[in-house]
Amino acid sequence: MAENNCMCQEAGVLIFPCSGGSDVGDLSDRVARKMAKCGQAKMFCLAGIGAHIPGMIESAKAANKIIAIDGCQVLCSKKILEHAGFTPISFNLKDLGFVKGKTQVNEENIDVASSKISGGKIEKTTIRNSGGCCGS
Amino acid sequence: MKIEVLGTGCPKCKQLAANVEEAVKESNIQAEIGKVTDIDKITEYGVMMTPALAVDGTVVSAGKVLSKDEIKKFILK
Repeated sequence: MAENNCMCQEAGVLIFPCSGGSDVGDLSDRVARKMAKCGQAKMFCLAGIGAHIPGMIESAKAANKIIAIDGCQVLCSKKILEHAGFTPISFNLKDLGFVKGKTQVNEENIDVASSKISGGKIEKTTIRNSGGCCGS
Repeated sequence: MKIEVLGTGCPKCKQLAANVEEAVKESNIQAEIGKVTDIDKITEYGVMMTPALAVDGTVVSAGKVLSKDEIKKFILK
């Protein structure tokens, strides 16, 4: 039983979307969830980092890499992580062609953004429980 | 001082617990050593990676098997 619930696997790549209130904030969240579902990274709680929850901070320190996905140039995720002492690999959806207020949050854009991010600065990983759904 | 090892009981958790016991013994301090194995309680600490170590209720490490000497740095502060 304990083995099944074990949380001691390698932390691997942790991903922190800004998950903001705008369309691009929403897209950042969907992209991160897709990448997590595909086993490319593990979704983590930006709010917990912002709140300086010691367990969250210490857990994030165990990561091999930390990725911030921001919807716009305010870069909240990147700045929250930096404020907590991390140096994330930062992606701004604006730089990937998604304009705040003019972006549809649909499967096509989720696929385009996630493939641009995973095809850029991060390598594929074999993180636990990957469904291997990406096929790319 | 209260020291808690957070982990569901895998070999890494057991190793951390053993290192804690050694560190406490060598440091000549009075400490209550506890083990938190319930996953709900572990996540209440905000811990997403185990094994983790909490000193007096504050998580000081997660996702690592700290060595005896690393543990001493936390308990002798």
